[in-house]
Amino acid sequence: MVAEVATVVIAGLVAFPLYWMVLSALKPAAEVQSANPRPWTFSPTFENFDRVLNSAGFARYFLNSTIVAVVVVGLSLLLSFLSAVALTRFRFRGRTVLLVMLLVAQMVPVEALTIPLFFLMRSIGDVAPAFGLNELGSLVLVHLAFQLPLAIWMLRGFVAAVPIELEEASKLDGASRFRFTWQILFPLVLPGLVAVSVLAFIHAWNDFLFAKTFIISKSENQTLPQAILVYFKPEENDWGAIMAGSTLMTIPVLIFFVLVQRRLVSGLSGAVKG
Amino acid sequence: MATRQTTAAVPPPVRTPRRRRDGRAAALYLAPAAVLLLGMLAYPLYQLVLISFYDYGRAEAAGTAPLVFLGFDNYVELLETIKFWVVLAKTIGFAAVCVVGSLLVGTTLAVLASRVRAVPRMLLFLAALGAWATPAMAGSYVWLFLFDADFGLVNEVLAGLGWQSMADHSWTYGTYSAFGLVAMEVIWCSFPFVMVTMYAGIKGISEEILESAALDGASWTRIATSVMLPMLRPLLLIATIQSIIWDFKVFTQIYVMTNGGGVAGRNLVLNVYAYQEAFAGSQYGLGAAIGVVMTLILLSITALYVRSQRQSVEL
Repeated sequence: MVAEVATVVIAGLVAFPLYWMVLSALKPAAEVQSANPRPWTFSPTFENFDRVLNSAGFARYFLNSTIVAVVVVGLSLLLSFLSAVALTRFRFRGRTVLLVMLLVAQMVPVEALTIPLFFLMRSIGDVAPAFGLNELGSLVLVHLAFQLPLAIWMLRGFVAAVPIELEEASKLDGASRFRFTWQILFPLVLPGLVAVSVLAFIHAWNDFLFAKTFIISKSENQTLPQAILVYFKPEENDWGAIMAGSTLMTIPVLIFFVLVQRRLVSGLSGAVKG
Repeated sequence: MATRQTTAAVPPPVRTPRRRRDGRAAALYLAPAAVLLLGMLAYPLYQLVLISFYDYGRAEAAGTAPLVFLGFDNYVELLETIKFWVVLAKTIGFAAVCVVGSLLVGTTLAVLASRVRAVPRMLLFLAALGAWATPAMAGSYVWLFLFDADFGLVNEVLAGLGWQSMADHSWTYGTYSAFGLVAMEVIWCSFPFVMVTMYAGIKGISEEILESAALDGASWTRIATSVMLPMLRPLLLIATIQSIIWDFKVFTQIYVMTNGGGVAGRNLVLNVYAYQEAFAGSQYGLGAAIGVVMTLILLSITALYVRSQRQSVEL
């Protein structure tokens, strides 16, 4: 019983910052900027949300973040599935070398690559403007690439778990390898794909560093993290708006998480078990 | 395994074309990912090293001045700067606190979760998933607000408990309290991964083993240390190394919560330091050198990781 109570109390503590974020977003300005904050409010209001949503470009930034995240999720699912199939189902020379390289690639601190990537994006912009500095394409490119090693590595475990006998049986039934891959293998590794898509979405959605580095002058192409920074002012921070913006930024990820929660846990543990 | 047996059964002349066909198909399947990884990971890595050997400032970046090759001068300059060593030490200390914190909290709560009924466990998992899902940016803001000097709940509670001097205490001013605040946020959003991983591991241990250990008269602590711990060691190792890698390169939280590295840069970690040198100070060569040092440190930790994976995963 003690353990049960302790668990509930700890759950409350862990959830408290989130509660505080939503609560402060719903408080009227006078209660947020008060020296005596209360953990409740009797006059909830949407004025903070209104201010944020009607401010210059917040909706635009939200859309930008969504576009980048959705494109990264879609492409990383496709590319990592193809690679995982090749690495588990095909026998070819250099397979082990590739696997080791994938492991190493996961460990490269991508943040350290900001400097060369900045110059690379500047050069890419000369040839393909949509993928250069100040464009969303540059963010899609880097997040996709950074997500791939882990995604491939995770999916590899799921693809390998599908028994080879199944492939032989479907071959006997006359299915081509292509048909087997897309009609049988793809649905079977769905839990893995879900885990990969959640990680890719979060990775792209949360990015602050690369958006800050690449989107320097075209402010209409900024993403969400930058939008909230506006409310930090030297005189006094607009905490109500900051909390409302943070809540709006958290909601999509939270929905995504809750929806796939069960699959995510099995997916991650599957990946960890390899 | 099955393919290996069947291919071994057929004579070599038949095996070769099948292999070649596999190779061609594999190349096709791998090509898109390979192009991206080469372009966005391998090439920038090479460029990073290259830039670190040059005097690469504002003029060079704009292309108005010729590049001057310096060799290891950037590294020498870096290693001779006391600030670099201070930042390195702080980075290691900060990462260590975060790693130990998230492992302790995560593992403890995983054990707790495995011993309670479904409803409290579900509440704990929901709360942890919430913390996990919160974007680093949003999490940083909430923690900053909770610990805000004037409007924060924490100071209000502490003052209410009779600690009057805390009424307008600034948590982000002092080096250690600022690092501590960031570390709390980092632990808050990274322990759920450890918890979920370890919980899956604990659930994976069969009840029969635990029961037979209990029947043999082993105490609960004995079961935990002599039966469960060795079985969980591979997972624990993976969680540890993952945490080290994540916490060593925290950027967003430090940048946001200490406003770009703290007063006079005393809350810098390597990552933010490199960023500031390059993009605020236009010292791209020096920034790249810091990046290389960071990469080397993390890749040597990777070597440990690969070795641990080799044992548990068949490559």
